[in-house]
Amino acid sequence: MATNIAEAQAKEPAGSTPHLLLEDRVWLLRAMLMMRGLEERAMSLYRQGKLPGSFYDGYGQEAVSAGAAFAMGRTDRLCILHRDLAAHVIRGVSPERILGQYLGRDTGITRGRDGNVHFGDFRLGCVGMVSMLPDMMLVATGMAMAFKLRGERRCAMTWFGDGSTSRGDFHEAMNWAGVQKLPVIFVLENNQYAYSTPLDKQFAVDPVERAAAYGFVGVTVDGNDVEEMFEAARAARERALAGEGPTLIEAVTMRMHGHAAHDDMKYVPTEQVTEWRKRDPVERQEARLRTLGVDVDELRAAVQAEIDVATEQALAAPMPDPATAASGVFSEGEGEPLGDGQAPWSGAAGRLVRPPDVASQPDDAAGAELGEPGRRAAPAAGERGAARG
Amino acid sequence: MTELTYLQAISSALRDELRADERVLLMGEDIGVFGGAFKVTDGFIEEFGPERVMDTPLAESAIIGTAIGAAVVGLRPVCEMQFSDFISCGFDQLVNVAGKMHYRQGLAVPITVRLPSGGGFSGGPFHSQNPEAWFMHAPGIKVVAPSTAEDAKGLLHAAIRDPNPVCFMEHKHLYRRIKGEVPDGVYETPFRARVARPGSDLVVIAYGAMVHTALEATEDLDDASVEVLDLRSLVPLDEEAILESVARCSKVAIIDEANATCAAGAQVAALVAERGFEDLDGPVVRVATPDVPIPFSPPLEAAVLPSVDAVKEACRELLAY
Repeated sequence: MATNIAEAQAKEPAGSTPHLLLEDRVWLLRAMLMMRGLEERAMSLYRQGKLPGSFYDGYGQEAVSAGAAFAMGRTDRLCILHRDLAAHVIRGVSPERILGQYLGRDTGITRGRDGNVHFGDFRLGCVGMVSMLPDMMLVATGMAMAFKLRGERRCAMTWFGDGSTSRGDFHEAMNWAGVQKLPVIFVLENNQYAYSTPLDKQFAVDPVERAAAYGFVGVTVDGNDVEEMFEAARAARERALAGEGPTLIEAVTMRMHGHAAHDDMKYVPTEQVTEWRKRDPVERQEARLRTLGVDVDELRAAVQAEIDVATEQALAAPMPDPATAASGVFSEGEGEPLGDGQAPWSGAAGRLVRPPDVASQPDDAAGAELGEPGRRAAPAAGERGAARG
Repeated sequence: MTELTYLQAISSALRDELRADERVLLMGEDIGVFGGAFKVTDGFIEEFGPERVMDTPLAESAIIGTAIGAAVVGLRPVCEMQFSDFISCGFDQLVNVAGKMHYRQGLAVPITVRLPSGGGFSGGPFHSQNPEAWFMHAPGIKVVAPSTAEDAKGLLHAAIRDPNPVCFMEHKHLYRRIKGEVPDGVYETPFRARVARPGSDLVVIAYGAMVHTALEATEDLDDASVEVLDLRSLVPLDEEAILESVARCSKVAIIDEANATCAAGAQVAALVAERGFEDLDGPVVRVATPDVPIPFSPPLEAAVLPSVDAVKEACRELLAY
């Protein structure tokens, strides 16, 4: 049952992109530019003393979240990590609400209850992370379990870092997903450091090799190539929907900034940063698109203009009312179910690019899977289906 | 009405919920083919199948974590910890992921975690604990603890139908010792206290197995009129019912089988001190297990768990105050 890395890669050649149209490639760049631009703006607001707490960014890792999230369908569900802002952008969270989240405003996704990238817009099919990593691996595994029990053609995806592979929840999730052969995609974001701890103090064996031990496919990809990242996620999703179980994708990348805004990263050798700077994921995708005739500068300017407007809106937004600080601990009613996210990929199941922040509709018209004409994704039934396949 | 043991009442609630709502599934170690370590789910797999009575890997964090994931996409998982002691391995998922979800993100997590708890039968340090106070201290988690068969069924129905994470503390020592008339079919017992026996000279406040200890200790206590208040729910805590009993009786003894420090009873004592002070005619008295692991050997275990005699003595002293 186990497939080794070489076999998996032979089956799914790394970096192959027959599934991306030019508009998709532009979308990928746009998502990465939006992530980088929003995080640069947030860092600047932090330095001006306008952003409370600290700030955590994913500079240099934009391809990991952009490429992986882009492969997902509307009814798929995501648990996104703190250096993966592009995934939120792809699912349809507006720049204004992202900045509102960072600024602790009432307009942020958690309405000031949580900070930084500790959020997930559940109306767009995302569940926000907690700081205990990789707890969300188990939540994503549970989502996939429900999909399988109900016989739905959907999958769950979650991201976590190299440090997370040392914790028990990594093992419990990998094992459970392997035993039950669940449609879940684990994206291991190997950015070389867990805070200040390098890989050689974290594990003796590259964690991608553990996938085979749990009975499923593990692949290593260049996490700084957004199209290679997309292709690995697309193939993993196809396996998941075909009932072939989970995939562990190890995205090799580099955390180019400190763990958070206060961290000067003195523990990282300068040469290491210099070397990785040559592999900047945004610049690589820009170069690729320029050769295809895309006006990258215009795209950059458009994204920046959007961020400028969003910044003004977010700074003008109200702070949450202190009188509400103790409310909302418990749900009073059944609660609103998870909604479906935006799925901009031209081949996505139930493809939909919506205007930002438009609440999703019940997915009673999920579109055909790419390459499987006539076969329709199982309806999400408003997340209210039965617990049997 | 049917006479059921406390354990049969729990089984009955689970069976009724599985029949009534196809979103409900049970998850736990050895609950399927084997029917559970205490046989609560004996025979369930034949009626409901292995997907809804799921034998899981031996992984408590994963049981809670995957239940959270399944719950947010529409299922109603009921998790069994084989012993409540093992919830320590799933603590993080319950406290940090489930408990904080609604406050942070507005997303309901309807999971029930069944926690067979309590001592009295030489279970030793890892099969006898009463961990309810851990979860009282963590925002976003409800905690209920039935003492009778009728409440075991009604509170479990209410827990499974509640849109929040609920810890259901079922006392192992009551499983087969306690029997009672139980209404047929589905009924939900509210998360509020009940007066187990009315009185006017002193109130003993307890929950779970200690309700029976309190009733036995005060059944015929020098002709005193002793009230016993069964909390039933620890989160939410029925503060009004507690203060009403205090106003009526003026003397309060609080019993915990859990370790004394920061136990549920400590919270009740704090409430009485803060809001019931004017009604008191004596000091608030507590009887609880001292802060030691629960020992294995019968004389040692009996020495630490609150006994009928210890409760009797504490009540006598307080009545004489």
